[in-house]
This record gives sequence, structure tokens and C-alpha cells, in this order.
Amino acid sequence: MTDSNPKADIKRVDPTMNPSKANPKLSKEQQQVFIDANTPRRNDPEATSWHDTVYQILSSTWLVSVLSVVFAFIIGGILIIAANAEVHVAAEHFTENPGGFFAVCWDTFAKAYFSLFSGSVLNFNGADFAKMIEPLTSTLTRATPLIFAGLGLAVGFKASLFNIGGQGQIVMGALLSALIGFSFDLPAGLLLPMCVIGGFVGGAFWGFIPGILKAKTQANEVIVTIMLNYVALNFIRWALLNPVYQKEGQNVPIAKPMSENAIYPKVFGAAFTTNFSFIVALIAVAVVWWLVNRSYLGFEMRAVGLNPFAAQNAGIKVNSIYLWTMIISGGLCGLAATSSVLVPGTGVSQDVASTFGFDAITVALLGRSNPIGTCLAAILFGALKAGGYVMQAQTQTPIDVVQIIQALVVMFIAAPPLVRKIFHLPQPIGKDILEEVA
Amino acid sequence: MKNENEKMKMNNNSADLSATSANSVEVASERATPELKQDSIVATSNVSQSSKTPKDNYAGDIVVPINWKTSIIFTVLLGLACLFVLFSTDAQARFSFIGLNETALIQIPNVNLPAQITIMVLTVAMAIVTALSYYKAIQRQKMNIAFSILFGFSWVFAFLIWQIQGKETDFYVTGLLSMTMALSAPLIFGAMCGMVCEHVGVINIAIEGQLLFGAFSAVLSGSVIKIATGNDGLALLGGVIMAPISGVLLGLLLAVFSVKYFVNQMIVGVLINVLATGLTAYFYSTIMTENLALNSAMKLPVVRIPILADIPIIGPVLFDQSVLIYIMYILVIGLQYMLFHSRWGLRMRACGEHPKAADTLGVNVNRTRFRNVLLGSAIAGLGGAYFTIAQGLVFGEGMSSGKGFIALAAMIMGGWKPLNALAVACLFGFTDAVQILLTTFGASIPSQFLLMMPYIVTVFAIAGVIGKVTPPAQEGRPYVG
Repeated sequence: MTDSNPKADIKRVDPTMNPSKANPKLSKEQQQVFIDANTPRRNDPEATSWHDTVYQILSSTWLVSVLSVVFAFIIGGILIIAANAEVHVAAEHFTENPGGFFAVCWDTFAKAYFSLFSGSVLNFNGADFAKMIEPLTSTLTRATPLIFAGLGLAVGFKASLFNIGGQGQIVMGALLSALIGFSFDLPAGLLLPMCVIGGFVGGAFWGFIPGILKAKTQANEVIVTIMLNYVALNFIRWALLNPVYQKEGQNVPIAKPMSENAIYPKVFGAAFTTNFSFIVALIAVAVVWWLVNRSYLGFEMRAVGLNPFAAQNAGIKVNSIYLWTMIISGGLCGLAATSSVLVPGTGVSQDVASTFGFDAITVALLGRSNPIGTCLAAILFGALKAGGYVMQAQTQTPIDVVQIIQALVVMFIAAPPLVRKIFHLPQPIGKDILEEVA
Repeated sequence: MKNENEKMKMNNNSADLSATSANSVEVASERATPELKQDSIVATSNVSQSSKTPKDNYAGDIVVPINWKTSIIFTVLLGLACLFVLFSTDAQARFSFIGLNETALIQIPNVNLPAQITIMVLTVAMAIVTALSYYKAIQRQKMNIAFSILFGFSWVFAFLIWQIQGKETDFYVTGLLSMTMALSAPLIFGAMCGMVCEHVGVINIAIEGQLLFGAFSAVLSGSVIKIATGNDGLALLGGVIMAPISGVLLGLLLAVFSVKYFVNQMIVGVLINVLATGLTAYFYSTIMTENLALNSAMKLPVVRIPILADIPIIGPVLFDQSVLIYIMYILVIGLQYMLFHSRWGLRMRACGEHPKAADTLGVNVNRTRFRNVLLGSAIAGLGGAYFTIAQGLVFGEGMSSGKGFIALAAMIMGGWKPLNALAVACLFGFTDAVQILLTTFGASIPSQFLLMMPYIVTVFAIAGVIGKVTPPAQEGRPYVG
């Protein structure tokens, strides 16, 4: 969405056309955008002054992103205050002590966000350095599945496929990966890669189904993937009660433990939770970047995503691209499962997918479908999640508020014109609304 | 004369040129909106070649490839049905028609069907439909949807008999039907919401969130009013009014972001779902658990329509129902009429099919879209109330459980027509009811597979039986002017 710009054409429609005559329905703001889009860019280096610099900063995309995050956190803060019991008590005495009420509000707000920060980045009360940076590693641990699944979604978005089936693909990846993990007795150097590949294949299979249905019958992948989520969820419930997966002597859904050779080693030593899947995720980021931006398949995917007609005309087999995109997307989501399955303990469980598949949608949107951006977005969301649990424990603020903040961040980032309007920022020169909201 | 001809040619040329430039403008604007759905793409290509009727395609040497899709799916299902026959015994399948309301004038005796023979008869019926589907495929014609429905129902019925054969307890048909009603009502509301939004050109996948938020705010506002006034009637009224309003609030987000600021509608929809899930879960685990009175159960009155409710079997299911169900009847019939026979419906569809044409004729496209998205969202919000106050239940976290998405599927499979969508929604509700009843009945297949059934049916239906449906041409695309 950022690296290629198909919308460049629209502003060359007809430069001489008077926007107000051509489109009387356009608002003044939109007309201005139109005029801006059709006037030559001010790229004369001699004309730059400090005024222009300020203008450029104010109209830049990153400022909008930062303000989106800030604004979402403010709304989240309001919700935290609104649902806090102490605030309710203080509100009852508002008429007697309005100052006290606002003090309690601020206190609640600050405490919640401080614990969010100390739970995700730095723990100031830690005894030693290791304890202090522990939250940071826990952030990376929580970010890992989101990186994988976010990449999966991002690949789908490149071909304008909306894969909401991340949940189901994670479940199927977990099942296959775990099956390999406890069935075979092989050296670690062989078994672990096999489990990882198993995760990919399991997810890829679950992505293949909507892919082939889309290619052969034009079935809408959004609905098919949603339905397959429920199918996978019920399938894992059944599988975990099945003797193949169930631990001997159990009648509750507990899976067999993983073989010792199928477990990811720890990255930063045994004291921290981050395991090697984080490194695999970083490799996946690089591979996906190469795939999307440098490979032939990636080129075709982007072409199909931008305009399937043009792609078809250029000789690209659109349907087979849809199929391959869904397979890769599903496979990446399947990999997300490995980071929580290939660990010591029970391995696969019913809620192995947690909400990664859905969070991945927002992650990929926030990362603008760009692999590196997606990785950063996943780390941000991992931090919010890691901190959210600490916040819940320390301030009794339910972690659901994190979900709300995430949705709001992405929503505002998706609509730069709205954020600009809220904060009275100028429009960037030479960009139109459609270009920005893509 | 020659000169004139040349002039004509020139004129033609210039006309051609302007046409091509217009085309290139079209192409440019096409490229400007990334397509998320292939359906819409194909639809637009149809529009551009609208002069060709399907029949013209058969002319000459060009022959449309045979579409085996439906036939293949029917064959697979038929094979499964044959397995039912093999695994069935001559035991009896006991059906009871005793309703929940014992006072009905006409009582129907219990029916005991011999399992194997009945399944065989049904399988033969299915085989006939399958053969017909092959015939139609070879003829390159589309099969009548009624046959698909017939096939589906026979299959489900055969499956049902296979599962309940030889069981000592009766299978309550009336219970099944009233459960179908209860389970399909939210789907129908959701489908109607999607209908209003999509005919006007806005894809609303936030139905799920709107249902959930409607369910939540119906209970919350009802409870608040109950605490404040102590009047149950007033509380229920408040709940019924606040549910659509809360739907509108979420719809407002969709409208502002996607209609005013042209953000991708799918993205906004997903985010609204996340937001609604988060908001309801957040307030559920804070204020509602702190103060349980804020989540109190209350039930809308059940109204019995005197004579109609005495019709055997379907009478009590259809006409001895919550007030909300009657609102739903009016809604579906009203929408079916209004969409296709009123000025409002025409303008709406124009905005969804060809906004530029609508704009040219003086319809304010984005305003029409904005308002109708709000209207649709209100319908979904009201449907949410069905989860809670219509059934007398308290709010539970994530209680819409994907119904909004199934509603969307129902709408698509219903071909964007209210009555068809109603039928499909009822089919989904029926599958769900069968699954629930069979689970309690002690069926021979694992309950998890029964739980999958409604979703698998949806996938099959979307992929195969229904075939290609045509969405509103400009659905999902912002109208910039």
C-alpha cells in the first residue's frame, strides 16, 4: 500500500477541469484536495524555507500515525476512568469535592498506563538488570505469533485477499505441528524443523480450501474463512478428546506433551520466555519481504491485488495467484501456532489460537501490509498485550481495553483526513484522499 | 459528398477518441479502488458488456464451458446419503408433533417412520435432483433454486432419521421448528441490515458487532431504567429503543469512516467488530460484574394471534411469539416491497449499482449511503435485542457468536433479496437447531462434528449449490464523484 502507487493516475484525469463544476457534490475540503492534486508539486529546493519545513512536518504521514496512537490512548484512558470503582465513588461526592474527583481520575489514568508500560518495556522495580528487562522479552514472546499471523494477513492483502481465517489456520497448524512433535523420535536438529514445517503445512492446507473455492467457484474468501474458523475450532475440540492427541489416562482435553527434541531453544537464556520462534519470525519477515517485493510470484500477487483485470490481460493466471496467496497466507498463520505449541508442557490446547488470527488483521493493517511495518506493529501489539496483563493484575483494569485501543489506533491510522481534521493539520501537497486511505 | 464523408469519419474518430479517453478515465478510477471481491469485478465487467445477453454467448463457435460445480457437490452429498441408507436399520424413527401449546384445537398424532425405507425414498428423490443437475449442466442452464432447497431438505431429513432411528424417545418436530425460529431470528435481522447497507453500495461486515452491541445495550439500558423507575414495561421499552440506537452508533462509525472519508469498508467493518467485542467485554467485566442489577434478565411480552396460532404445527411457531418477531415479519415484507417498488428503494439501488448515474439524476449519493447505513445498522441493533430481552436472557460475553457473519452469508446466498435471504437464514437456523437437538438426543456422531454442521453447510452453499450471485455493482467502492 505504500511502496506502489496505483492511484497516481486519478489526479491526471483532467487538470483543466474545474472541480466545483465537474463535481458540485464535492465538499470544499475535497475540492481543495482536487486542486492540490492537480497543481504541480512544490519541489523546487530553493523555495524551501522554515515555513515549508513546518508545513511538511505537520502534513506528514508519521505525525498522523503518532497522533492516532495518542488519540486512541486518550479514548482508552477515558474508558479506564469510566469503569473504575474508585472513580465511581469519587463521582458520588463530585459536588462536595470536584478537585478530588479529577485527582482520582488522573491517578487512575496514570496508574493504568504506568503499569501498562512497566509490564511491556521496563520494570523499574526489578531487582537486577534481568528482572528489569524481563517485560521487554515477554513483549517479544507475545509479539511472535502476531508477527507470523500478521505477515500471513499482509501477504493476503497484497493480492487484495482478506483472510479472516487466521484462527482456523493457526489451529490446524498447531494440530499438525504437535502431531509430528510427539509422534516421532528424532534428533532435535531434524525434529524441530519438521514440526515448524508441519505448522506451515497445516495452516497452508486450511488456507488452500478457501483459495481453491475462490479460484474455482468465486466463493467469497471472507465468508469461507470465517466459517472454516468455526470448523477448525470444533475439530480441535474433537481431536483433543481423540486417543491420537489425548494424553493417556485423561478424560479432559489435554494433549500429549511434546518430545524434548521438538522444543524451541530459548534465545536470551533460560531466565526469559522468548524462544527461538522469534528468530524464525524475523527470518519469515525477510523471506516475505523478498517474496512480495523481489520475487516473480510476489510481483504477480501485487499485480492481481491492484487490478485483477489488468493482471489477467497481462497473462497472469489470476485464479492460481489467488490459490497460492491463500496457501502462503494460511501457512504463515500456521507458523504462528508453533511458537506456543513447541514449548515444554502440554503443547497444543483448545485455545491455542487465542485471538491471534483476529489481532493479526489489525496488525497487518497497522503495518500497511508491509512486512517490516507488520513486524513493528506486531511488537507494538505484543507490548500492549504483555502490558495489558500486568495492568489487569495491578489496577484491575480488564485487558479488553487493550483490544479497544488497538482497534481505535488502526481506525484512525486508516483515516488520515479525519485525524487531520481533529487536530487541524494541513493536507499534504499533491496527495488526494483516495491515495491516503488505501 | 466525399468531403462530408470524411467529415463524418473525422467526427466518428473524435467521438471514438473521446470514448476511449472516457474509458481510460474509467479504468483509472477502477484502478483507484482496490477490489476485495472478485464478484464485484465480474459484475462490473458484465456492466461494460451489458449489450451481450447470455444467449449471445452460445452463438457461433464460442461455447461456454460446462459448469459441473453443483452436480459434483450433489453427487458427493448423494454418496453420503447412500451411506445413511446402508447404515440404517428397519427401526422406527419417532416423530412427535405435540406442540408447546397443548391447547391447540387440532392435535396431530405421533408419526413413526420406518427408517430405512424413508431414507431410501429421500435418497431416490435426491438422486433425481442430482440427475437433473447433470442434465441442466450439459444444457448449460442454471438450475432452479427450489430443487437445491428440496435436495438440501431431503438430505437433512434423511440425516435426521438416520440419527434418531431406534431411539425410544420422541423427536419433537414442533420443538425443532420453534428452535429454528429462535435461532434464525437474529440471522434474519442481520441479513436485512446487510441488505439495506449493500444495496446502497456499502459492505457492512460489522453486523456481528452491531448485533452484539444491540444485545448489550438492550440489557444495560433496560436495567438502568428498571433501577431508576422500577417499571418493567418502561424498562423493556427502553431496551427496545436503545438497541437500534446503539446499532446506529456503530453504523455512524462505519458511515463516517467509509462514506465520508473513503476508508476501505471491509477494514472499518472488521475494526468495528473488534471494537464492539472489546467494549462489551470491557463493560461486562467491569460495571456489570460490579453491579449485577445492571445485567438483569427481562422478557418482552409474547403475543398470541388468536386464530392463526391454532394452525397445527406451524401456528404456534409463527404466531405465538415475542413482539420482536412480529416486527421482523413487517420488516422483511416491508423491505421486499420497498426495495423493489418504491422511490426510496430505487434510489438506494441506483447508488449501489451506478452511483454516477444516480448522481447525474440528482440523487446525493453519499448522503443516501450515509442514511441507509444508519438505517441498516439500526435493524442489526434491534436484532441484537433478540439475543437478550426477547428471550429473557442476561447478556453474556461474545453472545452473538459469529451470527452476524452467518447473516451476511445468508444475505449473499439469498441473492440480495429479502425473502430469499429469509429462506436461507431459516435454513441456517434449522441446521443449527438440528445440531442442538441431536446433541441433546445422544446422536451417534460426535457433538463437535454436529457443531460444525451449520458452518460446513454455509461453505457448501456459498461455494456450490447457489452458484454465482450478482452483488450490487459498485458495492464496496467509495463514491468520490
